[in-house]
Amino acid sequence: MSTAIASSSAAGFSQEVFEHFLSSRHEPAWVSELRREAFAKYTEFLEQPLDPEEWKRIDLRALKPSQFHLVTTQAATEASAASGLEANADPAIGTLLADRAEFAGRVIHVDGQSAISELSEELAARGVVFGSLTQLIQTHGDLLKPYLMKRAVKHDQDRMSAWHAAFWTGGTVLYVPRNVRVEAPLYGLVALAKDKAADFSHTLVILEDGAEATLLEETTSLHATHAGLHVGGVELLLGQEARLRYVQLQNWNHRTWHLATQAGHVEKDGFLQWTVGGLGSRLAHTHQDVSLDGRGAVAQVNGVTFAINRQVISYYTQQTHRAPDTRSDLLYKDVLRDESRVIWRGMIDVEKGAPRTDGYQRNDSLLLSTTARADAIPGLEIETDDVRCTHGATVGEVDQDQILYCMCRGLSRHEAMHMIVEGFFQQVYDRIPVPAVQETLSQAVERKLGLGRDT
Amino acid sequence: MVASLKIQDLHVSVEGLPILRGVSLEVRQGEIHALMGPNGSGKSTLAYTLVGHPKYEITQGSIEIDGKPLNELDACERARLGLFLAFQYPIVIPGVKVADFLRHAITNIRNPDRKEGEGLIPMREFRKELKAMMDELGMDSEFARRYLNEGFSGGEKKRMEILQLAMLKPRFAVLDETDSGLDSDAVRVVSEGLRKLSGPQMGVLIITHHERLLEYNVPQFTHVMLAGKIVETGDASLARELHNEGYSKVRLRHPEEAAEEAARASGRSSEANRTAEPASV
Repeated sequence: MSTAIASSSAAGFSQEVFEHFLSSRHEPAWVSELRREAFAKYTEFLEQPLDPEEWKRIDLRALKPSQFHLVTTQAATEASAASGLEANADPAIGTLLADRAEFAGRVIHVDGQSAISELSEELAARGVVFGSLTQLIQTHGDLLKPYLMKRAVKHDQDRMSAWHAAFWTGGTVLYVPRNVRVEAPLYGLVALAKDKAADFSHTLVILEDGAEATLLEETTSLHATHAGLHVGGVELLLGQEARLRYVQLQNWNHRTWHLATQAGHVEKDGFLQWTVGGLGSRLAHTHQDVSLDGRGAVAQVNGVTFAINRQVISYYTQQTHRAPDTRSDLLYKDVLRDESRVIWRGMIDVEKGAPRTDGYQRNDSLLLSTTARADAIPGLEIETDDVRCTHGATVGEVDQDQILYCMCRGLSRHEAMHMIVEGFFQQVYDRIPVPAVQETLSQAVERKLGLGRDT
Repeated sequence: MVASLKIQDLHVSVEGLPILRGVSLEVRQGEIHALMGPNGSGKSTLAYTLVGHPKYEITQGSIEIDGKPLNELDACERARLGLFLAFQYPIVIPGVKVADFLRHAITNIRNPDRKEGEGLIPMREFRKELKAMMDELGMDSEFARRYLNEGFSGGEKKRMEILQLAMLKPRFAVLDETDSGLDSDAVRVVSEGLRKLSGPQMGVLIITHHERLLEYNVPQFTHVMLAGKIVETGDASLARELHNEGYSKVRLRHPEEAAEEAARASGRSSEANRTAEPASV
């Protein structure tokens, strides 16, 4: 373990750190080139303010990137994987999903390094590829090259995407060939172990035409008090008539920063069901783009967020309709307690070539404390006629009449609150027909209701 | 031994305004009491006060079940002691399935010392019981999977209250205008349901404007409330008289309370005027 620490790169994300990082990666030239371009962009973006539309409600002053470091050796990972995952000291932290279903494959990363990567032989024989991006870039470079940060998450989008594109580590790839349907869900775990470690994981899902799969990913911290930084990227690319169910459950500890650039693209008649769970982190900002690129493409976006203490959880969502007869349906539900804050800024964009678009977005927030605050800012930008776009947002406190009614039936105040919160999220659960996810979210909610300060 | 719900000299205020002014009433297990009275006389206030609604402040007097004072107990503790209120306006709890809600409720009522997180009654046993009770009350078992009162019609909500009553088997049930706003078929269903449920183990206090519920559930006692007091107690024939003739005779027999009732009615409007004036009087 001591050698691992000695060979870890220095903290921060300076030019010097970048060069050292790059030389440790031994990657194909096209990957190094991408990183160099991204780093140049990142340097440029650092000189510019962040887009106020997206960032004005978020205070990043306490984030000091120079405190965090990328872990660059395999040995470090194996040690932490062994010590952390097996003997998890804190039961409040750790995996929520891991034991809930039979998975056809698992990819586990700790501190940006691949710890476990496995896939059923049956799926491998059918041409499915599922594993660590770092490893697959070596063996399946030709397959990944046309996709990796080319179509969904682009290195020149903004500071966060450039930062991620320059320094991505670990990462999970799922590739499903044409017309192959993967029934059993696949599982990905991204964990942080060391204090002040940075995770720059990248998820790349490629579904060829007619392919089908379910990928459940979660993030976690192996220690409750270790500071962490996640600058992540998610790319979901669906071919014609492809169907993907993707879940990302963000469950870092409360000392981790979560900055994510995530995008999904759906081709003709494809269907993307994307569920985001926001539970952990000190401050989380997720930029989530859904793009309906082919006629008849459909995306359903679900969000379950539960913020407590002084957590700040923020979403910037974009539903872009680029083709006729496309449909997007976003439902985010947030519960807030203590001095927490949830921000949702959502936009539906309908481009000129997208008549008969059906776009919907809704955000409901339930406040369990008068000191919590939820901001919901929906928006529409429509450049074509003959569309149907609706949006709505509600913010409200727990109805005291509901509490009294439950108590009159023998439920304690806390039990009543729990039931009402569960019921509030139920509308989202009803849209996610994956029992493991429902159970996981429901259990996470239960845990959260017991955590933090009493109301 | 027969238990009793005993209310003694109960005075209750809402936001500082006195509503009940000395109500005394005793309901024993096995008895049916009717509580009647004009609008604003304090019937629903009594119901909410009994179950522990935090908005209703007891300024004097006591409520006891079997000698155990309820004044300081919250709604949950009172329910676990066997007190039940069928709400006049049942509350919608979005996303909470009837079956899940009732399973929690029943477990708590049957094990009053249960803490949250401790085991619930076995699913199989519960389902069987729920199904049997729904059959008996002529309810579609599909209701068990619906969200509590969400999208229910008025009649369905009231039936759901009766189903909860049936499942929780309280020692004392207060029905707050369970028959109001229902068509006559729905009233019949609810009334028959209540008749099946009430028996020697249950004391019932029926708050109603109407007589129909009482035809099926003939009260041994009828109480008339006026301006926050019970002014008369009789038998079932009093309920019939009130239903046929209204409250004018009652007012004539109790001029003091009638005057108070009139003063309250005008006082409410003058109260509204007064708060608009500066407070430095």
